[in-house]
Amino acid sequence: MEGLPVMTDPNLIIGMERSEDAGVYKLSDELAIVQTVDFFTPIVDDPYQFGQIAVANSLSDVYAKGGKPLTAMNIVCFPVKTMDISVLRDILKGGLDKMLEAGVILVGGHSVEDNELKYGLSVTGTIHPSKVIRNTGCRPGDKLILTKPLGVGIINTALKGEMAERSAVDKAVRCMSTLNKKASELMQISGVNACTDVTGFGLIGHACEMIEDTGVGIIINANDVPYFPEARELAEMGLVPGGTHRNREYRKAMVKISEDLPVYINDILFDPQTSGGLLISLPSGNASALLSALHNGGVDDAAIIGEIVDEPRGKIIVR
Amino acid sequence: MVKELDVRGLSCPLPVVKTKKALEEMESGELHVVIERAEGCQNVKRFAESQGCKVIVNESDGLFTIHIHKEQTSTSVSPKQSKDAVLITSDVLGTGDRQLGEILMKAFLNTLWDAEPRPARLLFLNDGVRLTTEGSDVLDSLRLLEDAGVEIFSCGTCLDYYQLKDKLKVGSVTNMYDTVDTLLSSAKVIKI
Repeated sequence: MEGLPVMTDPNLIIGMERSEDAGVYKLSDELAIVQTVDFFTPIVDDPYQFGQIAVANSLSDVYAKGGKPLTAMNIVCFPVKTMDISVLRDILKGGLDKMLEAGVILVGGHSVEDNELKYGLSVTGTIHPSKVIRNTGCRPGDKLILTKPLGVGIINTALKGEMAERSAVDKAVRCMSTLNKKASELMQISGVNACTDVTGFGLIGHACEMIEDTGVGIIINANDVPYFPEARELAEMGLVPGGTHRNREYRKAMVKISEDLPVYINDILFDPQTSGGLLISLPSGNASALLSALHNGGVDDAAIIGEIVDEPRGKIIVR
Repeated sequence: MVKELDVRGLSCPLPVVKTKKALEEMESGELHVVIERAEGCQNVKRFAESQGCKVIVNESDGLFTIHIHKEQTSTSVSPKQSKDAVLITSDVLGTGDRQLGEILMKAFLNTLWDAEPRPARLLFLNDGVRLTTEGSDVLDSLRLLEDAGVEIFSCGTCLDYYQLKDKLKVGSVTNMYDTVDTLLSSAKVIKI
């Protein structure tokens, strides 16, 4: 959209100016709608699982804003001539089951013929206009919580190369198809300053979006960052997705990673995630309470991974 | 002889996958991988090093040539587990003094755990099923092997005959059909 005019509207709460997860538009003083769309090519072999992951991924943007997703529409690109239609049925079944779990109603959809299979959702949710959680708003002294382990990009790359153990793939699939619903509900109760979800730009890429052009910086403690042990093994074998290197290159001016840290940690921090966890910035006093609530609520891998600092502003230090 | 592999234009993880295949196909020697992207070069280098190979990278005109030296001894490309089966038809190892036979069997099963590659399956037949059932003093060794991915099967007919069916403590029950299938499809069968 660079170079094109930005549309404005007095009721627009979140538009396109920043790299936000979803758009938010005020309908009344009590009610706003949250909108998002996402679709992609298969990342796993099983169509049903792919459907589940695609839906968890699409809904995540609404959860990250503190919204409640209500309705969804399927977006399908399908190679009718070369692929059995039962594949599509399984994808849609996986998607539908995930929507049922989330309490989201499917209201329609659109499909086109394409050489490459793609699936995703357009999602509409609601939120109170004064309770929108932005990806900016981190305050010095805040703690950062990440709610899912990292490394699914590395495991997916190994899967593509047929070099991943079944058990690692199962873990990654379970992680990617887990809704961020519970994490979102708990963070809303707790009260937080900012939130985003970790997806294609990796943990560091999305953390950069939270502090870019703001007056604060981030310190991340690498030892506290949750990740799949299998991802370490595979990264050490060179099974690193191309996106990792692009993510690192793109943000290199904003990030300083201690040279004492092993290379695989560096790869995991920039690993592109699919349907990753929420990255939450909240006052330090609320952090341990939210963390135990998350653990009690089944968000087992959630961890406090760092904090917001005054200096160096606009930079991320990983130590 | 030097083997050449050109992975230009391929995206991740294909350069690593192709390198893996090429290394598996050669017992030892030199493999030269040509690639144009720095990150792909890093990945291939890391993979080769993780497999115990020596690696040197040359760069010229934006093109990387990765010289990989594979020693005969770098066996880590091969799986940790073989396709071999061990058929155990007695609760002692060898014929002779029974007490010695018990000691040898225990030592044998303990040592299997250290073996590389470990067998894929252990099949217990006839008196062998006394080792997988209550009262056996090698249960811990067998459980360790099972945890490491070695499949453990006891003959159902034999368990019935010795009235040990409800006393099986490790692995699962098998029938003659699967036993024959395992014996015929394993790369190697070692009878104890």
